[in-house]
Amino acid sequence: MAEKPSGLVQGTLDMLILKTLELEAMHGYGIAIRIEQISKGVFQVNPGSLFPAFRRLERAGWLKSEWRDTENNRRAKYYMLTALGRKQLKGETREWARQAAAIARILEAES
Amino acid sequence: MSLLRNLAGGLRGLFRKEQADREMDEELRGYLDAAVNEKMRRGMSREDAARAARIEMGGAESVKEQVRAANWESLVETLWQDLKFGLRLLRFNPAFAAAAILSLALGIGANTAIFQLLDAVRLRTLPVKNPEQLVKISIDHRSGASGSFSSRYPDLTYGQWEQIRAHQQAFSSVFAWGPTLFNISPGGEVHYVQGLWVSGAFFETLGVEPLLGRVLTPADDHPGCPSAGVVISYSFWKHEYAGENSVIGRTLTINRHPFEIIGVTPADFYGVEVGRYFDVAVPLCAESIINGEDSQLHRPEAWWLSAMGRLKPGWNIERATAQLRAISPGIFEATVPPAFNTEQAKHYAGYKLGAFPGDSGSSELRNNFENPLWFLLALAALVLLIASANLANLMLARASAREKEMGMRMAVGASRGRLIRQLLAESFLIAGIGAALGALLAHSLSQVLVASLSTQNDPLFMDLGTDWRVLGFTAALAGLTCILFGLAPAWRATGVSPGVVLKENGRGTTGGRSRFGLRRILVVSQIALSLMLLVGALLFARSLNNLATVDAGFRQDGILVTDIDFTTLSLSNERRLAFSEELLSRVRAIPGVDSAAIAEIVPLSGNGEGHDLLMGTSGSPKGEAPVAAFNRVSPGFFQTLQTPMLAGQDFDEHDLKGSPNVAIVNEEFARKFANGSNPLGMTFRIRRQRTISTPYEIIGLVKDTKYSDLREEPQPIVYTCMTQYDHPDTDAQILIRSNAPLASLLSGVKSSANQVHPDLDITFFPFRKMIQDGLLRDRLMAALSGFFGALAMVLAAIGLYGVISYMVERRRNEIGIRMALGAGQQEIIGLVLRETGILLLIGLAAGAALALATARTAASMLFGLKPTDAFTYLLAVVSLSGVAALASFLPARRASRLDPMVALRNE
Repeated sequence: MAEKPSGLVQGTLDMLILKTLELEAMHGYGIAIRIEQISKGVFQVNPGSLFPAFRRLERAGWLKSEWRDTENNRRAKYYMLTALGRKQLKGETREWARQAAAIARILEAES
Repeated sequence: MSLLRNLAGGLRGLFRKEQADREMDEELRGYLDAAVNEKMRRGMSREDAARAARIEMGGAESVKEQVRAANWESLVETLWQDLKFGLRLLRFNPAFAAAAILSLALGIGANTAIFQLLDAVRLRTLPVKNPEQLVKISIDHRSGASGSFSSRYPDLTYGQWEQIRAHQQAFSSVFAWGPTLFNISPGGEVHYVQGLWVSGAFFETLGVEPLLGRVLTPADDHPGCPSAGVVISYSFWKHEYAGENSVIGRTLTINRHPFEIIGVTPADFYGVEVGRYFDVAVPLCAESIINGEDSQLHRPEAWWLSAMGRLKPGWNIERATAQLRAISPGIFEATVPPAFNTEQAKHYAGYKLGAFPGDSGSSELRNNFENPLWFLLALAALVLLIASANLANLMLARASAREKEMGMRMAVGASRGRLIRQLLAESFLIAGIGAALGALLAHSLSQVLVASLSTQNDPLFMDLGTDWRVLGFTAALAGLTCILFGLAPAWRATGVSPGVVLKENGRGTTGGRSRFGLRRILVVSQIALSLMLLVGALLFARSLNNLATVDAGFRQDGILVTDIDFTTLSLSNERRLAFSEELLSRVRAIPGVDSAAIAEIVPLSGNGEGHDLLMGTSGSPKGEAPVAAFNRVSPGFFQTLQTPMLAGQDFDEHDLKGSPNVAIVNEEFARKFANGSNPLGMTFRIRRQRTISTPYEIIGLVKDTKYSDLREEPQPIVYTCMTQYDHPDTDAQILIRSNAPLASLLSGVKSSANQVHPDLDITFFPFRKMIQDGLLRDRLMAALSGFFGALAMVLAAIGLYGVISYMVERRRNEIGIRMALGAGQQEIIGLVLRETGILLLIGLAAGAALALATARTAASMLFGLKPTDAFTYLLAVVSLSGVAALASFLPARRASRLDPMVALRNE
């Protein structure tokens, strides 16, 4: 099953994938490794949750994919953001920041 | 938009499954490669890197499964798999499948057929333009109306109709219509077709366009009827004219008068009466041509028309009623029949018109059959409930047989929801196939029902097309039964703990009580519902039997009613009586005729005549005068009907015009007006509206007879002598008692009539058949409820047999031990039958209570017995008990023949 070591909040994986693809198109493993690296190992994404997420996002129209050659001269499926996906990312980022700030404020007030 | 994309993606996924699969494989391979490369770059050996990567990924198949499960189309796919699996299971158990599907098909078919009829007579609107704008115009709460009533809908007189048309403001157009029979034969034996009198705006208001030629317009409906064309219906055109286009302009003879056919209506238009089809529509003005001096057009007390209108935009029924009420006083004052006495006239002038919804037309059929149909639908629903209970029982039996399979599947990780879904798919299949077969069955069943309600002179027509309501009804039934019989067994079957089931080796020593309980409850409710149905069936059967054997006061067999109409001869008043008597004496002379008599009213034909009665020879009545039923007969009437003459004598040849008026009365008359003493010699007068007759002397007393309906209580009847009447009819209704074969009798009557005059209209109908036709509704109820009752009993017997067999199977060990300890066959049979007895007792008690509580609703449809009739209940209980005993005796005997050694060793 999809393991989310730090209890990935439902829906955040989609946002992380969109964010990772903001700059360039990447293939599946690349995305997984990038998330892991940037989060310094806090988030480990395994294929069991990654690939269903790709399908979901593709179907929502936020991602598109094409087959390309990799740096090792192998074929891989590269995912990239669509215009709709970019808009979605912007919206989700804004919403996330708002919520995170709110939660932080609550936690500070509690302590 | 994203929903659409999702849908499209899902469909693509479904149809390009293999390609998607391949791509996924390739992508996963790529992923694995990349992972291995990455790990090697970090310094792992190739083998270690490959192993670590594979562990990380956790199996390509499982990833693929997760991807698939995330999409909705996977649900469709598993559903499809479940259905295929269910189909395979059904194929392996053909006996089970056949029993299940057949019982459901019968249940659903019966329900759908009856619902189809209800839909046709009650729920559907007329097939015309904007039916919701149509409104019926009639007198609100008309009671105590006087006059002559003809047609099935005698709402209005012609005079009232003319007034309404002139003064109404609520409708963009209005029309009047009346059903009738037309004789289209040019001479000799009559040939009746279904006719319609219609006012000029009939077709225009309904929005009916002609299929051929033209329809009638207001210009065709003028006094004198200069153009006098008729419009025929599609079916009449196909039937009588083979659908030829040349029909326009041809001549149709109606009651001996030629009319030109000017148009044909479209196939789906049957008129405004649900349950009938019209053949020929004739403008109202032609009534005076067709009926001659009997014309009702200018008889102010002849009620024979019904009126409808199409609401003007912005008007509703309330507003229309208000306007109609406002114009009512004027209309009724202007049309008071001059013959009315002051009381009648006052009553008449107080009538108020009203507007009533007309979107579903008029229907006598609906009035007569709506309640019986709802009642039958309830009975059919009970049958379906029993069938569902039966199926649930069968499914439960199968579920316990598959307990181990379920345990195994759950042990290897199937979720309970998944298993229930799979079991339900099987139920869904059974319900679906059952419903499809049921719908087919319903189609022919409803045709048979309609055919059984039609009689020769009263053909019914029903548009039984399957519309969305019928389809929805059938689908809802299928879904409901599926849940009823599928869900509980599925829930029960998957509620097992895998450990326990797999460990359990063979049977326990006694049957598991708790899991067995549901099946007992099902059987008990089956017995209870069956008893209800059986009680219903027996009530209706006995009611019909009461009606068929009730003493009508005369012998119904062996009488042929012949109507010889000589209207076309235009005889003068004086010559009519002689002509009728001539006909009668010729008929009496036919070999094989025992006796014959003329009657103005044929008993039980539904016709009748009632007048006020003034006892004594003079004085005016104090308060309201009593009313009696009347009949005008020739001498020999009582002899022909074999009604016993209790005192006095029959009319004879001396009772003529000019001689003192004489009358014969029945027992009820004597009870009411002579305090039960002998009424001979008493005198009375008859008041017909304003005129009061000269005194009549009572010369005979006869036994009570039924007058217009078999169900009626005895009413006072006065018979007067035909030969003393001032206005003889232009037809002779001759009752002929004869044992001669019908065919020779018919030809005898025809040739006798021919000898009197070659150009007469003759109609025949056997008396007995006419009475039978009057019991149509009772026969229908008895036949259908009998069918449902028998079906219920068979289903309940199957259910009981199944449960008892199962119990015997479960308790084999116990029975084996008992036998080993010396119990005899009798005791074992007793043991099993005791089990049946308990189930039966509870079921019968519950069923009797339910039947008693609900039978009241049938009270109005019963004759000669109460809905709580004790004998009927006893009969139902005894027959159901008998069937139950038989159903459980077979497994009981099987149990008693067990070899204890085999039973015990079989652990």
